[in-house]
Amino acid sequence: MINLTIDNKPVVVKKGITILEAASSVGVHIPTLCYMKLDDMNIENKPGGCRVCVVEVKGRRNLAPACCTEVAEGMDISTHSIRAINARRTVVELILSDHPPDCLVCAKSGDCELQDMAHNLGIREIHYKGEQSTYREDTSPAITREIDKCIMCRRCEMMCNEVQTVGVLSAINRGFDSVVSPAFEMNLDHSVCTYCGQCVAVCPTGALTEVDETGKVIKALSDPNKTVVVQTAPAVRAALGEEFGMEAGTLVTGKLVSALKRLGFDYVFDTDFAADLTIMEEGTELLSRLEKFLGGDKEVKLPILTSCCPAWVKFFEHQFPEMLEIPSTARSPQQMFGSIAKTYFAEKLGKKRDDLVVVSIMPCVAKKYECGRDEFKVDDNPDVDHAITTRELAALVKLANIEFEKLPNEDFDHPLGESTGAGVIFGTTGGVIEAAVRTAYELHTGKDLPRLDFEELRGMEGLRQATIDFNGLPIKIGIAHGLGNARKLLEEIQAGKSEFHAIEIMSCPGGCIGGGGQPYHHGDAEVIKKRQMAIYQEDKNKVLRKSHENPYIIKLYEEFLGKPMSEKAHHLLHTKYFDRKN
Amino acid sequence: MPKIKLAENTIQLIKDICAKFDNNEGELINVLHQVQGKLGYLPAEVQEVIASELNTSVAKVYGVVTFYSFFTMLPQGENPISICMGTACYVRGAEQVLSELKRQLNVEVGQTTPDGKFSLSSLRCVGACGLAPVVMVGEKVYGRVSPTQVKEIIAEYREGCDTPESKSA
Repeated sequence: MINLTIDNKPVVVKKGITILEAASSVGVHIPTLCYMKLDDMNIENKPGGCRVCVVEVKGRRNLAPACCTEVAEGMDISTHSIRAINARRTVVELILSDHPPDCLVCAKSGDCELQDMAHNLGIREIHYKGEQSTYREDTSPAITREIDKCIMCRRCEMMCNEVQTVGVLSAINRGFDSVVSPAFEMNLDHSVCTYCGQCVAVCPTGALTEVDETGKVIKALSDPNKTVVVQTAPAVRAALGEEFGMEAGTLVTGKLVSALKRLGFDYVFDTDFAADLTIMEEGTELLSRLEKFLGGDKEVKLPILTSCCPAWVKFFEHQFPEMLEIPSTARSPQQMFGSIAKTYFAEKLGKKRDDLVVVSIMPCVAKKYECGRDEFKVDDNPDVDHAITTRELAALVKLANIEFEKLPNEDFDHPLGESTGAGVIFGTTGGVIEAAVRTAYELHTGKDLPRLDFEELRGMEGLRQATIDFNGLPIKIGIAHGLGNARKLLEEIQAGKSEFHAIEIMSCPGGCIGGGGQPYHHGDAEVIKKRQMAIYQEDKNKVLRKSHENPYIIKLYEEFLGKPMSEKAHHLLHTKYFDRKN
Repeated sequence: MPKIKLAENTIQLIKDICAKFDNNEGELINVLHQVQGKLGYLPAEVQEVIASELNTSVAKVYGVVTFYSFFTMLPQGENPISICMGTACYVRGAEQVLSELKRQLNVEVGQTTPDGKFSLSSLRCVGACGLAPVVMVGEKVYGRVSPTQVKEIIAEYREGCDTPESKSA
């Protein structure tokens, strides 16, 4: 332990920690800008670049950046001395002197860490006038880069390289000309970007944002000739409340439905329904591969990998094209929903697919890219027309002057709004495989599960494994969230060392609850953990918690699809993958 | 930038250089130095091979290539001409020498003449301040260069060049 003084108070802290951590441990807040740490998730950005966190250390000539200066015995630290405050203000003023004054119309306004910093430091004037860096705008199917607004905090670079191991973003050029960019300054859509959106999730300013599609949704809603159907992903209900000042982890399912009805959607459905459908297909595929394997078939591909996450799909298409046979062929819930909505449901309404507009509310930016993929279109008409993020939905609700907090709770419409607890937990890491286990176990053994909560599959560890006893048959399960962790499991498979039967992969840390389209967590990992607790709570609240018990799923198979993996199911609910190496 | 296809032996040469450094990502700068030494420049396709050999991202390699002014992505002329614009050279008239070089070669800094004979770059201090202003052609150093000497220096390298201009001269 180390004795030091922080703001005239003697404190004892652990050896080896930084001034920032020491101050935080005794409740002293030092402002930071480039620094970001997601506790317990092994995610930290500490370039010591912005110099906003400088503090005065007695006896030291220069101010010390708190985020990367280790504490030492006897240090006397002033976190808010006049000298430190003046330096901080100068630093922020200098950053602002090369930042476009677009706040009034910036997508990030009101949720921008730079704006907050300027406000908190009381900056009312920028004394430095000089050259402004300009850079072209780069728009892809999911992410927009407005690099003029970049402050070189390097958080996106850290996420893209260290956490996701995608390696698209890097600082390039030198000095005033330096920017964060893909190689050769190519546009994102020419790169191996997976559109996971974790760069967007951590960007402190408006330099990286989702492609805003709220305008297209408003247009669809105001077209009297269109029937507009909406689906909402599981993780949205555990996070949307944050946009309206509610505590993280507040479940707002009923209010969410209510808000969507008030916005004018004709049918408010649930992606959780499609998640149940995914389990029917993916679970059956798992069992079919497993039974072939047990029957001595050496050709069968195991482990089976989940395929719900579009960023993960794009990741293995670019990075592991020789393994395209391994993931499940099941489409993601978003795409299964779109496919069923524009066939089964359109038929029920007596409408053509063109008369329907399917909108999805997703915690994700990659879903925007996914719904635009050619294989999910019929005669150029996409199964899902527009995917908007949790944040974009919040913007629509605010635009429509809906007082979200005061909304009553309402129920999803039928038939595509009914779901089980298994569908809900798709929103968190471990959830898809737990849902699959609940169904696959019963289908395989013909017995009722003795328990529904598989604690061994849950948690926030980046890589997890568990063995589930299928009535005497041990099923080995692997779970990874974050693409860097996924890469480790894939390399094991490549090397023939993987012992798993099934692996769940989600691109974003925490799974969809930590998705790139969720309300900004601003570096607070607790927010993601609370959303996870909310998801499991919603599961517990459900009467039905196994996908195969969803009465509307049973009806869908009876009336329309036949049985899981039937020819029709294959055509509508399964997909194929493409080699994108070159 | 037009896409080029690397010859098999060029790819092998790059791989050999990477292997010499144990394909260690930490040796990236050394690898880039040697590859540029052999090929003269580091086009995108070369960076892609290096990234794949060192198991790092192309963006990282490109980041390093664009950070250091020594590295270039453009093919260099047979005779790379560099002019020192360091403080000593600058105050002793390097700028006038540079504009004469540009005029004679009809290229800007960072460009190569269309016949591929000369490329022009500026650098900061070659450690020969006593000879300021300094011009280098390849490894050869010219000291106390005045604008009037520029034509002479270029002519030295034009001789033997198979261009119509040199034939007529």
